[in-house]
Amino acid sequence: MSERMYLFTRFERFWHWMQAALIIVLLVTGFAIHGSHGLIPFGKAVQIHEVAAWLLIGLWTFAIFWHFTTGAWKHYIPTAQNIDRMVRYYAYGIFVGAPHPYKVTLERKHNPLQRLAYLGVKLVINPIIWISGLLYLFWADLAGKVPAGLGLEQVATVHTLGAFLMLAFLIIHMYLATAGHTVFAHIKAMITGWEDAHDEGPANAGATRQQGSRS
Amino acid sequence: MGKRTSGWRKWLGAALIMAASSFTLAATDAAGGADGMPVAAAGGKAATTADHSKFKELQGPFKTGPEVTKACLACHNEAGHQVMKSVHWTWEAISPTTGKKLGKQHAANNFCGSILSNETRCTSCHAGYGWTDKNYDFTNQENVDCLACHDTTTTYKKVPTDAGHPLYAPREMPKGSGKIVQPPDLTRIAQAVGKPGRENCGACHFNGGGGDAVKHGDLDTSLIKPSRDLDVHMSPDGENMSCADCHTFNAHQPSGSRYAAIAKDTKGVDMKHVDHNRATCESCHDVTPHKDERLNNHANRVACQTCHIPEFARGGIATKTLWDWSTAGKRGPDGKPLFIKDDHGHLSYSAEKGDFKYGENVRPSYKWYNGVVHQIALTDKIDDSKVLELNRVEGSASDPNARIWPFKVMVGKQPYDPVNKTLVVNHVYGQDDTAFWGNFDYTKSIKAGMDYAELPYSGQFDFIETRMNWFITHMVAPKEKTVRCNECHTRAEDGRLVEITDIYLPGRDRSALLDRLGFGLAGLMLVGAIGHGSLRFLSRNKRKHDKEH
Repeated sequence: MSERMYLFTRFERFWHWMQAALIIVLLVTGFAIHGSHGLIPFGKAVQIHEVAAWLLIGLWTFAIFWHFTTGAWKHYIPTAQNIDRMVRYYAYGIFVGAPHPYKVTLERKHNPLQRLAYLGVKLVINPIIWISGLLYLFWADLAGKVPAGLGLEQVATVHTLGAFLMLAFLIIHMYLATAGHTVFAHIKAMITGWEDAHDEGPANAGATRQQGSRS
Repeated sequence: MGKRTSGWRKWLGAALIMAASSFTLAATDAAGGADGMPVAAAGGKAATTADHSKFKELQGPFKTGPEVTKACLACHNEAGHQVMKSVHWTWEAISPTTGKKLGKQHAANNFCGSILSNETRCTSCHAGYGWTDKNYDFTNQENVDCLACHDTTTTYKKVPTDAGHPLYAPREMPKGSGKIVQPPDLTRIAQAVGKPGRENCGACHFNGGGGDAVKHGDLDTSLIKPSRDLDVHMSPDGENMSCADCHTFNAHQPSGSRYAAIAKDTKGVDMKHVDHNRATCESCHDVTPHKDERLNNHANRVACQTCHIPEFARGGIATKTLWDWSTAGKRGPDGKPLFIKDDHGHLSYSAEKGDFKYGENVRPSYKWYNGVVHQIALTDKIDDSKVLELNRVEGSASDPNARIWPFKVMVGKQPYDPVNKTLVVNHVYGQDDTAFWGNFDYTKSIKAGMDYAELPYSGQFDFIETRMNWFITHMVAPKEKTVRCNECHTRAEDGRLVEITDIYLPGRDRSALLDRLGFGLAGLMLVGAIGHGSLRFLSRNKRKHDKEH
């Protein structure tokens, strides 16, 4: 079969790649500020970090609005169903050429592991970074308004924790991007928006292939 | 709205300062230029309303300093009384924060020591005449020295050893040099008086501690004509300001004192205040002078000087950084007092004073300072179990009034009484058989000093290591030469703020545990990905291979 799906709209792709670029810039400059490397001088790193942070906040605001108006937020509803099959696939099946247990459709773009991971980013990592980051950014103006015991040290530590979690996510995400039916299949889909259909999937994956109607 | 107001204030402040400083220069020029004499500072056209050279009271001839003073006071009939209330005359100051009586008469230092019993030498920097001993009459206004501050010809010089008097007759100086120095023309000087310029203040303040640049580190004769890089305010290529443009005087009372330097000026631009005290950066630059909000936030905890004066002693003249009195008194093989000069021509050893060290382009030490200085007085009981800090500055991160300030920390070792636990008065100067600089005998000189001062002395002396904090607040560099962010925000062991440990400093501080766990997690992910990827690659090849066979 050679059925193709327009899986990622122009906004989704823009959002994804902008987010990717900004997150990488923020990680590099953030770890420069943290003192982990000396590739960028502190002052310059702070400037870039702040600009990138505001851009990402702006992008995020748009993305949240977009998710709720288009209903795309439903793609992140977690499910425990079939999660064991996903795990088994990555732990074993993928090495013996077993078919991918999940059938992507326009209604369900993400497999159960993806849903969990992305939801974790959106509900855990991002809030950690944004809340601590905004506290960090406006720390001087918040003097006397934050609970006693909450110092810059705590804020910075939580922010760094968020950065490490994001870094770990980024590494795994980048690796799994190569785990499609070909190494570049997922990446290509994320660039063009079109996912090449392929016929390895089991018929009983529970998904009925559908065209068109976006939710 | 608030922004606009503060912008206006800044603009107005700057305009007024510039007007004031050009008036200073104009006045100086007019006064000095009247008879074609060289003047301290070249400036604009004359704008003064009085030409002192035409006053009949100033026709002279004047033979002594006090005679000139008498003529001055004939018209300026409040000036003498004003000066006599000033620290320049009393050498006494009450700390506004600790209430302690300080000033040169009482505060201990780790340079020359005490003025007591050494008056005729020390008081060459007194704004007066004739302070030869402890019984000096501080109420006689005719002994006020007007010319030290108001001479504009740069020819008025107080003799180092004449208790504040200038030369009145030709004299060989130094003794045995064959160089005959002529006395200054007091009449000409009196007719050319004007507002104080750098040379006037500098004659004493550039030479504190006994020589050029010795004491402060940020005050020396390089500031008479500094480059813009050395001092953006005083440079002719910069604002060309004089000392008194910032150290404003109210009725002859100077503003700005190291006994109680204002740690954090929250009032900002001075023009709206009545105290006419402009000796803080904020007096002109206001409390939020940067375009970058983050830098303005820094100013809440970091003194302006900390970033804007990257090093002191930048003018090519070395400042003394160590003075060890304990080694003084050595004689050479010839039996004469020993003097050793280093490669730069500085005395590294003096039989009179001991061992010295010097520094140029010195990075300051940084300390919290909240406006309170705990200055040791001569009579204080001291703790000799550790290094004695002569003027501890108070403050910490948790103190909202404290900011991080730059200091020159002078290292000293000086005599003290180990039984009574006090510092001692050392009689160094005088033509007698006890003065240290003639006899090199501490036993005699300290005894003589303490007897003279009428202070209790056990008869025993030892030497104690001391430290003294000198505010670094001059030699402000242009903005492109300020301290860079990463000189403090760094993990490097020589970061500027290594001694400030009670704050979380981004770029320097971190949770080492979190770093280990975080990079460990990222590393695991990476290893996992590489391992998983390799297995995929190998197993795919195997499948391919199997298929083909």
